Amino acid sequence: MAIEVRVPTILRSYTGGAKIVEGAGDTLTALIDDLDAKHSGLKGRLITPEGGLHRFVNIYVNDEDVRFLGALDAKVKDGDSITILPAVAGGALGFAAAAALLGSR
Amino acid sequence: MIAGVCTATGQVADCFGNVNAVLTIDRAIVDAIVAHARRDHPDEACGVVAGPIDSDVPARHIPMDNAARSMTFYEFDSMEHLRVWREMDDRDEEPVVIYHSHTATEAYPSRTDISFAGEPNAHYLLVSTREPDSEEIRSFRIVDGVVTEEEVNIVDATVKA
Repeated sequence: MAIEVRVPTILRSYTGGAKIVEGAGDTLTALIDDLDAKHSGLKGRLITPEGGLHRFVNIYVNDEDVRFLGALDAKVKDGDSITILPAVAGGALGFAAAAALLGSR
Repeated sequence: MIAGVCTATGQVADCFGNVNAVLTIDRAIVDAIVAHARRDHPDEACGVVAGPIDSDVPARHIPMDNAARSMTFYEFDSMEHLRVWREMDDRDEEPVVIYHSHTATEAYPSRTDISFAGEPNAHYLLVSTREPDSEEIRSFRIVDGVVTEEEVNIVDATVKA
């Protein structure tokens, strides 16, 4: 058994077009490392150079947003279903101000 | 119609799905989007119009909460986002249109809009409500940070809003 990961359209260039891939690990960080080993480059789209979860994506463990589960430290296990969605956000505010508001960097 | 758009540039997104240089959308849905934007003004409003996968037909209007409740920023609530995206999946739909309003500036994607744009198959529809009695409605493709404006073709009564 493995952890099922649903990949959004914009990241399927890393998974050979696959919508669902499988991975392993006991935390989100370990799972992302495992995924990146098979689908090189994926990690860079999920984690910032500073090591935080990227503001441009939402990641869910089953029905929960990982931001409420300890973010990258969130526990995962075989049989879990992980969903990655591109965050839908924007607006007239300048990007630097928006980034500061969201605390992304 | 699509020929010539899906070029040999090697860009996968060029060749995905509903790449047309026009957004055709029902007047009833546009009216519902404008009403949503007016209702939430001066805060920005946001939402989705779902349609059958690969149809390029925006058929089901889904107004979303702006979790930021801001005059200059919008963000889907993450749990509502998951619920609506799963519902689309179950119905073999995709987000054909993703819309939001600018309430004091023109209906053109900001740098923030471009940075966040993560649905390469979607039409990004912007509505400006800065004028009290008229709306500016424009539509764009945003792929890999490149903005391409497209025509908005409003048609009558093909679907229910």
